[in-house]
Amino acid sequence: MLGIHQIYGRRRVQLNIILPLLCRYYYASRTDNMLSTNVKTLRKTRNTPSRPVTVARLYSSNKHNSKVPKVPTWEPLGEDRIPSLPQVSSDLVDKLERLALVDFRTKEGLVCLERAIRQLFLRGDTVTEGDCAEKLLPLSNTTVEEYFVAPPGNIPLPRREERASMLKHSEF
Amino acid sequence: MAACTVLVTPLLYVNKQSSLFYYKACNIHRQCVTKKISTSVSRCSSQADPQKKSRPHELVGVVGLEIHAQIQSNTKLFSGSKVGFSAPPNSLVSFFDASLPGTLPVLNRRCVEAAVMTALALNCTINKKSFFDRKHYFYADLPAGYQITQQRRAVAVDGQLAYSLLGGRKRNQIQSRTVRIKQIQLEQDSGKSLHDDQRSQTLIDLNRAGVGLMELVMEPDMSCGEQAAAAVRELQLVLQALGTCQGNMSEGQLRVDANVSVHRPGEELGVRTEVKNINSARFLSRAIDYEIQRQIEALGRGEAVLNETRTYDSKSGHTIPMRDKEGLQDYRFMPEPNLPPLVVYEDRGSVPAGLLGAEGVVVLEGLREGLPELPSVKRARLVRSYGLLPEHSFTLVNEDGLMEYFEAVVKETRKEPRKLIGWVTNELLGHLKHHNLSVSKCPVSPSALAELLELQEAGHISSTVAKQVLGEMWRDPGRRAPEVVREQDLGLVCDSSDLQRVCQRVLDSHPDLVRALQEGNKKVLNRLMGLVQKETKGRADPVLVRSLLEEKTS
Repeated sequence: MLGIHQIYGRRRVQLNIILPLLCRYYYASRTDNMLSTNVKTLRKTRNTPSRPVTVARLYSSNKHNSKVPKVPTWEPLGEDRIPSLPQVSSDLVDKLERLALVDFRTKEGLVCLERAIRQLFLRGDTVTEGDCAEKLLPLSNTTVEEYFVAPPGNIPLPRREERASMLKHSEF
Repeated sequence: MAACTVLVTPLLYVNKQSSLFYYKACNIHRQCVTKKISTSVSRCSSQADPQKKSRPHELVGVVGLEIHAQIQSNTKLFSGSKVGFSAPPNSLVSFFDASLPGTLPVLNRRCVEAAVMTALALNCTINKKSFFDRKHYFYADLPAGYQITQQRRAVAVDGQLAYSLLGGRKRNQIQSRTVRIKQIQLEQDSGKSLHDDQRSQTLIDLNRAGVGLMELVMEPDMSCGEQAAAAVRELQLVLQALGTCQGNMSEGQLRVDANVSVHRPGEELGVRTEVKNINSARFLSRAIDYEIQRQIEALGRGEAVLNETRTYDSKSGHTIPMRDKEGLQDYRFMPEPNLPPLVVYEDRGSVPAGLLGAEGVVVLEGLREGLPELPSVKRARLVRSYGLLPEHSFTLVNEDGLMEYFEAVVKETRKEPRKLIGWVTNELLGHLKHHNLSVSKCPVSPSALAELLELQEAGHISSTVAKQVLGEMWRDPGRRAPEVVREQDLGLVCDSSDLQRVCQRVLDSHPDLVRALQEGNKKVLNRLMGLVQKETKGRADPVLVRSLLEEKTS
């Protein structure tokens, strides 16, 4: 939770934290190849999250088709629509520092923390998404008439008499 | 329905901690102590006198229910996709419901309000701050591999549901009971799986995945299927009155799992089994009774009861063990990292200044005031205002719309409500059930029925004729009672001379009956009356006929 910016808006995409983690394994710039990635390039990307990235998988011949949008898709909300910042005592800050091994002592760190623990946002009850079966079904290898397919489950156990005959017929 | 009762002893309350331990926190495999069991079967009684104690060596059943009620809302609990029944497969699924990476949950305010309203109606204590957790298990209809639920702290705890059992031959003995509610929590529903055994596959439909559920966990205060069915019926009425759940068990909006065990009163609770796949209150009652019976017989044979999950097969009436849910399951509960605590405020005054404008605030005061009239209150009001018997109030409230119908008829007729209730609950309801209609589809309007009963009250037609006319009006909805009576000439014959002639004729043609009556056999009078009625095609005023016959034969 620490380090995650609750970015004002409907969509909260955790680019700041996920991207650097992934980058350690996956990142390749347009000119460098995988093996020449170094720490300096990583630091650069952390501060500019809105730059489009191409990602390639290690040892994979397929080009990685990232589902993460290339540009941010959120809408900024005004400060007045957000609950006010709660107060965090210095004892709590010390405890958090010890637990998370993150340097909090700067003012920015505290502001970052307070923004991360805002009120839980409750959404109104209106339909805003769904109806995208045509996008979801192709994601699965096998589908049967608009259903996803899985191995059989929840079968009642056979009774003892039947189990003996089942063992006889099954192949092992 | 017969025999023994449940005994709630002080020891059972002392064992409350252990019972909670058994019934919710952990599945521990325990061996039940087997002793010599008496031959008589322990069955539940609705005529039970609470003071009566069961014989100390008999096994009694202990039943706790876990109820999942689907919240009636437009959208799902954590995503903005629509909630609907019978939509094309996988058409009401958003990216979050399909657990695609990069999606996050956003809580629906309506679901929180629904859970809080239900908790208020059931007298629960609302936790002002509750937490969301992840419960991990692998199943094809749970795409994320975990379900977001509330394990550490639920929205509401410690409530009570009061229900009544209608006992006695005429179902007029009311026995009031309560069952304690341990907690009410919000959780996600899983998708639906259709098993295709022929092709050895399961088809998954995620339309239901992510829909908000209220899980109501009840303490094991019940002892048989009948009590459980009555409690569930009452809960259905409460949820329907609140509008938080439609409570239709056959459509899966209300799912009940029963935890059944047997023990001797005063001793520790036995090993429990969980019974799933119950589709109606009637099946619930049967499944629980079968399971109690099965466990008693197993213990009688010296076998141990296994802690397992069983499914109820409605065709055979048996419970059968299920394959996938064997053994101890480690759900690896962890706090949901994407959701901060859910805070509910008592009144507008306690809401922090920055939040008041925002739409995302749930305030208890407003919800408490907005609670509609609960079924128990409705029944009490009916008994009080119309002088009805309690069992009539049950029938009126049980049937959707019948109470409003009854009140409409009462308004339009001079007839006493007590006399009217028989017509509504027996005749009208009988017709409705026979034609499998709901009250809203009733072809006879309240004013038409009122008109008919006015005729009967005023003495223009007898009650048998009135029933006949009702049948006519049912078949042909446009026609009103006076019209039918006039057309078929069903009016009561009050003309004394006419009746006298008919009576005389009957008496003359049955001299043996007259002799029997004069010798003191009073029942013969009824036969004579029957004959007179047959002559007059049921139109004779019975009171007048009786007095005439008595006069003539004295």
